[in-house]
Amino acid sequence: MTNHPILRLEEVLKVYDQKVAVDRITLSVPKGSIFGMLGPNGAGKTSLIRIITTITQADSGSVFLDGERLNSRHPEYIGYMPEERGLYKKMKIGDHLLYLGRLKGLSKAQAESEIRLWFEKFEISDWWNKKVEELSKGMQQKIQFVATVLHRPKLLILDEPFSGLDPINTNLIKDEIHHLQKEGTSIIFSTHRMEQVEEICEHIVLINQGKNILEGEVKAIRNQFKEHQFRIDFEGKLPEDLSSKARIVKENGRSVVVQLLEGAASNQLLGYLIDQGVRINAFNELLPSLNEIFIRQVEQSNAGLAAASGH
Amino acid sequence: MNKLWLIIQREYLTRVTRKSFILATLITPFAFALFFVVVAVIFGYESDDSRRVAVIDKSAILQGALKDEKNLFFKFVDYDLDFLRKHLDSLQYDAILEVPPMEDLMANNYTLFYYAEDAPTLDIELMIKDRIRDAVREYKIRKLNLERKQLEALETRVELDPEPLKEGGADNSTITSAIGAGIGMIMGFIMYIVVFVYGAMVMRSVMEEKTTRIVEVMISSVRPFHLMLGKIIGVGAVGLTQVAVWAILIPSLMFIVQAVFGIDTGQFSAMEPGAEIDPDDMEQMMALGLREIQNINWWLIFPLFIIYFLGGYFMYSSFFAAVGASMSDDLGEGQSLTLPIVIPVILALYIMMAAVQAPNSSLAVWSSIFPLFSPIVMPARLAFNPPAWEILVSVVLLIATSVSFVWLSGRIYRVGILMYGKKVTLKEFGKWMFRKM
Repeated sequence: MTNHPILRLEEVLKVYDQKVAVDRITLSVPKGSIFGMLGPNGAGKTSLIRIITTITQADSGSVFLDGERLNSRHPEYIGYMPEERGLYKKMKIGDHLLYLGRLKGLSKAQAESEIRLWFEKFEISDWWNKKVEELSKGMQQKIQFVATVLHRPKLLILDEPFSGLDPINTNLIKDEIHHLQKEGTSIIFSTHRMEQVEEICEHIVLINQGKNILEGEVKAIRNQFKEHQFRIDFEGKLPEDLSSKARIVKENGRSVVVQLLEGAASNQLLGYLIDQGVRINAFNELLPSLNEIFIRQVEQSNAGLAAASGH
Repeated sequence: MNKLWLIIQREYLTRVTRKSFILATLITPFAFALFFVVVAVIFGYESDDSRRVAVIDKSAILQGALKDEKNLFFKFVDYDLDFLRKHLDSLQYDAILEVPPMEDLMANNYTLFYYAEDAPTLDIELMIKDRIRDAVREYKIRKLNLERKQLEALETRVELDPEPLKEGGADNSTITSAIGAGIGMIMGFIMYIVVFVYGAMVMRSVMEEKTTRIVEVMISSVRPFHLMLGKIIGVGAVGLTQVAVWAILIPSLMFIVQAVFGIDTGQFSAMEPGAEIDPDDMEQMMALGLREIQNINWWLIFPLFIIYFLGGYFMYSSFFAAVGASMSDDLGEGQSLTLPIVIPVILALYIMMAAVQAPNSSLAVWSSIFPLFSPIVMPARLAFNPPAWEILVSVVLLIATSVSFVWLSGRIYRVGILMYGKKVTLKEFGKWMFRKM
């Protein structure tokens, strides 16, 4: 694997009428990663994706795909499943996949063999001649996914891929995403559902009002925003002067959440509690969820923007 | 280019392999044939109601010369009118025709009396009037001692034969304009139907792509312009296929119908009573007509017709595509956006009808140059040999307009297809045309 990222954006700007949809965004998607693109509705995620997929063009800034400046051949290396997606209802699913595959530059034979592989995987080998409109909604979503990855894209972009999917199909697609990642596909996963990001993604970018307000590895970000809070499950009685060692955030019978005082270490607190004869059943650091970080950052950035525009 | 070809293929194949298309394409000619058979049977149906008519002709105007018709029998009788009226049934007559004496030979009116339970049917009335007119004419000739030869000499058939001013110019006859008008009307109507049927098909199909949300999937692989162009070409090919199938099937089915049922499909136009044309005249006219059809410069008209056809189709259907792309999920609200197409097409149709009657009027000339009208109006004028410069200007303008319409529509299209839940006005069309993507 080479070092350069699969996708790099530099100072990308896109303005519609008077609205700045993408405000000088710079970011890198590491090769082979699952990259979460987060942001509230209307933050500019879809506008950004449309620039990457060459549907629209940036007003300024540059986009590099696998080290190359974005050009008209690149759609063949990208698989894009938009949030607004669908299929031709009257077409047979085999013919439909063949058509979409060939539009992505596959030869007829290549496309056919790929389709057969996926049909076997989903155990629908005899479905070639079924019409799209005869399929259940979940099945249509699976076909849509197959259509997106049929040409083995280097970069896969999924915009809210699980919306409208039941839990079984959600898991099935999740497994396929991990499987594709193992085969070397880089994946951009755009959503506003945090719990999915936490589960799937290694890297994230947080976009609000067209700006990149936070970018990095999920673990690092959570560590960066940690507040040194610990949950202690215990038996016995907590020492009276615990509050001199740590601030009690929440108390609930045999469980307590405390925040370490400035400069204190978790080991010291644990040692102190053991010395005091408290039986410790569990001692966990509480990292903030992405959801909390997300909300905090968005509020902060909105406040900043409001203040900036107020002056 | 390769992708454009794939799109054209899909647009074409998914339509022509659809059951509804195959049925409509095949059933229409059969429906036509069936219609003709049924109409022929109805018209050919003869009254089985036979009538015996007693004729009282005391002054021998008819001289006993009134031939029987099918189901209509005349019998000259010497009975009194009153007697006959009383004993009509027992004498087995259905009606009495009283031929009164002619008092004034110079009079232009002559009234006969028909006595029966009910008034004569239209065909009986026409038949009797016809027969009596001839008989009265003979009677008057005899009584007034007129010379038959001189009388016949009064009937003069006047013809106007247009001759070219310059030597070696096209020698036409009056029938040229009749045939030109006919061909022009047919061409104009085909254009009109094609624009509406297939243009609307393009529009619906673009809308469908938008409402089923396939469009964003598509344009992540192909340029929106290719998607639109592929659709227009694909649907246009479907239209040509259908027209071609009909052009072959309808005449051959007509031929079969004529051969099998012995029905003259041409007879209906000459069905009006009284409009009898001498068979000799008819034959002469047919021959002249055929010669004129051959005289028409098909080598010029046919390619030009194709050019106008394609130009008109691309111009109008690209606009339909742009409208389809800007409609939201609600079909109704886009209807007003189609007005800019519907109005010129309908106007052009009326201008075309006027143009075949006066192909060199300034209305016809200017309309056949104005690109929004020319695809319908100019084909109607082609058979009248319009000046070359008019054709040239008209074709150049049409091609330029079509190309720019396709281009501008492409620009509206690429914005429109990604726009959801927004009501679009014509003003926004203008903005979108010049918006960068």
